[in-house]
Amino acid sequence: MKKYIISILVQNNFGVLARVSNLFARRCYNIHSLTVSPTNDPTVSKITVVVMGDDQIAERVLKQVSKLEETIEVMQMEEDEALCKELVLVKILTPSSETCSQVSKIVEDFHAKMLRVATDYMTVELTDVPSKVESFVEELNQFQIKDMCCTGVTALESK
Amino acid sequence: MRLTGAEIVTEVLMEQGVDTVFGYPGGTVINIYDALYAKRNEIKHILTAHEQGAAHAADGYARATGKTGVVIATSGPGATNLVTGIATAYLDSIPMVAITGNVAMDLIGSDSFQEVYIMGVTSPITKHNFMVKDIADLADTLREAFRIASSGRPGPVLVDIPKNLTVDTYEFTKKEPVVSTRHLPVDEEKVKELARLLNESKRPVLYFGGGVIASEASRELREFVSYCSLPACHTLMATGVLSSEDPLSLGMVGMHGRVSSAQAIQEADLLIALGTRFSDRVATNKKKFANNATIVQIDIDDSEIDKNVKSSSSIVGDVKEVLSCLMKYVTKVDRTPWLDAIEKWREEIDYHPQDDPTIIKPHRLIQTISDMAGEDAIVVTDVGQHQMWTAQYYKRTEPRSFITSGGLGTMGFSYGAAMGAKVGRPDRKVVQITGDGCFHMNLNEMCTAVTYNIPIITIVMNNNVLGMVRQWQDLFFDKRYAYTTLERKTDYVKLAEAFGATGYRATTIEEFRAAFAQALEKNAPCVIECLIDRNEKVLPMIPAGGSLDDIIVGN
Repeated sequence: MKKYIISILVQNNFGVLARVSNLFARRCYNIHSLTVSPTNDPTVSKITVVVMGDDQIAERVLKQVSKLEETIEVMQMEEDEALCKELVLVKILTPSSETCSQVSKIVEDFHAKMLRVATDYMTVELTDVPSKVESFVEELNQFQIKDMCCTGVTALESK
Repeated sequence: MRLTGAEIVTEVLMEQGVDTVFGYPGGTVINIYDALYAKRNEIKHILTAHEQGAAHAADGYARATGKTGVVIATSGPGATNLVTGIATAYLDSIPMVAITGNVAMDLIGSDSFQEVYIMGVTSPITKHNFMVKDIADLADTLREAFRIASSGRPGPVLVDIPKNLTVDTYEFTKKEPVVSTRHLPVDEEKVKELARLLNESKRPVLYFGGGVIASEASRELREFVSYCSLPACHTLMATGVLSSEDPLSLGMVGMHGRVSSAQAIQEADLLIALGTRFSDRVATNKKKFANNATIVQIDIDDSEIDKNVKSSSSIVGDVKEVLSCLMKYVTKVDRTPWLDAIEKWREEIDYHPQDDPTIIKPHRLIQTISDMAGEDAIVVTDVGQHQMWTAQYYKRTEPRSFITSGGLGTMGFSYGAAMGAKVGRPDRKVVQITGDGCFHMNLNEMCTAVTYNIPIITIVMNNNVLGMVRQWQDLFFDKRYAYTTLERKTDYVKLAEAFGATGYRATTIEEFRAAFAQALEKNAPCVIECLIDRNEKVLPMIPAGGSLDDIIVGN
């Protein structure tokens, strides 16, 4: 299964997010992440969805979303062609100073930020393209992760 | 002029050319009903026994007339009772506007009396839905609902109106009726390419569906088929578009379609799919369906292209416009060998039911109804064996004459739908064909037919079982008839009389003829019970997931 980034411009109406997510649910499309945000135009919102599937599913999603009355525009984006960003916050348990230095090394390698260093845990942040965020979390998985959250992908056309 | 929200509703209905609505009053629509009462000379309101009946009636009205059907219900249970009716219209792409009341804005979200979030409930079964929160938006939202319902691929639209908005006042200015937009620019190059494929094809088949009726393109289709000597099969939804008498008609295709038409699709080198969606009741096996053919799909809804079966090429557009454009580029081709081959299959492999004069055989009953009711009658069915027998044996020569729940397969659809059809087309006879299972689901609407004297002839094919499920149990469940034998003691004649209608009972075709002749004469609601053997099957049958190789033609 591949990940597809789909950017949807919608009318900023009451219930529009429910309508879009309902469409994904009822057609059994698998959402990896979904973000919604206002745009400079208060009547328009942008939804960025990452869908798991194959080319056929991605095509269906595009067509079905286009069909919604409140959809203004739908675009499929490629991570390497568009500007895609995702933010992740991870809280890692650091029982030893060795763990601390290992985590710090990873944070440095990924150009991530050390947000907080407590006696027994560290909180780190990375804002990057989805694939980088994914490998960052993978690297950190060797330690004991206490908590984490991720914003999901938000994307703009690079042109 | 300054009007209340309720008056704005009736004004917009009249402005949009609505002269008939179906519905049921209640607390949150009481003001709308008051306004409707004031306009009772302009808008006819049919009060049904149940909101589901009203929704099916609005649907049947739309199917029979081509106009947008309108149904009104109150909040909560009134609105949820519409759900099956709305879903039925959605699955068959029928234009409908459902207006529901809701509790006043200051009560919304507090689980108040008869409050349901009907937007959420109906979001998967409407083309679009609205909740009006500001009276300033009321008129334009209703207009938008009518535009969406009838534009592109039609479908139901729901407008939810909180009660306080029906009391508030706002300035109203009349506008012109909305124009439904079906026009998409047709890609002429793609049409030329299709014409080339068709002109070169030795064994083409046209496979068309309900989109041809929605597009009002029956005339164009007939011209196209006849000019190109193009054999054509249809889905359940497109019954009547091409006369069943037409030599180029292959009849219905699919699970209970003709063997010869399935064979033609399997042998075709070109399959043109027109206004149809390769549903699992037609393309029972997606991989094997028309797998020797180049498939070209034409549909107004882009999301239908390649959804179920992958096409080689496609044209997105209105059926009527694509056909008109196609006619410019097609040439007459002699297809005698192909047509002869099909003719041979018709004689050799098609299923032919056996007669038995001592009992009512389903095919004989349907043929008798068809002969006696005449070409002008509209036939409305429920869902199951009787529906398939009607599709197979009722001769239809015009579109909008065969009304059935194809996509959703809603048992209990026919009573409401038949009333809607008759109210919409009082000039045509309406015959409702149902089974004993379906009949019991919505027979309460008989009181509506009697009250308004909507002269529907209801024919109940009574086999005392849920025949279609029993047929599957017989074939695939080792004859374990789990809960499909109805031990009901209903006396249909007395039941009809109790409602104020007339009842008949027939055990032979002769008895049926006599009863049906009287019913046709009467011009009032009638019920005719016809006893059918419980082991009758709908044949031929391609089992779900199967292909032509798996077809069942005998007991």
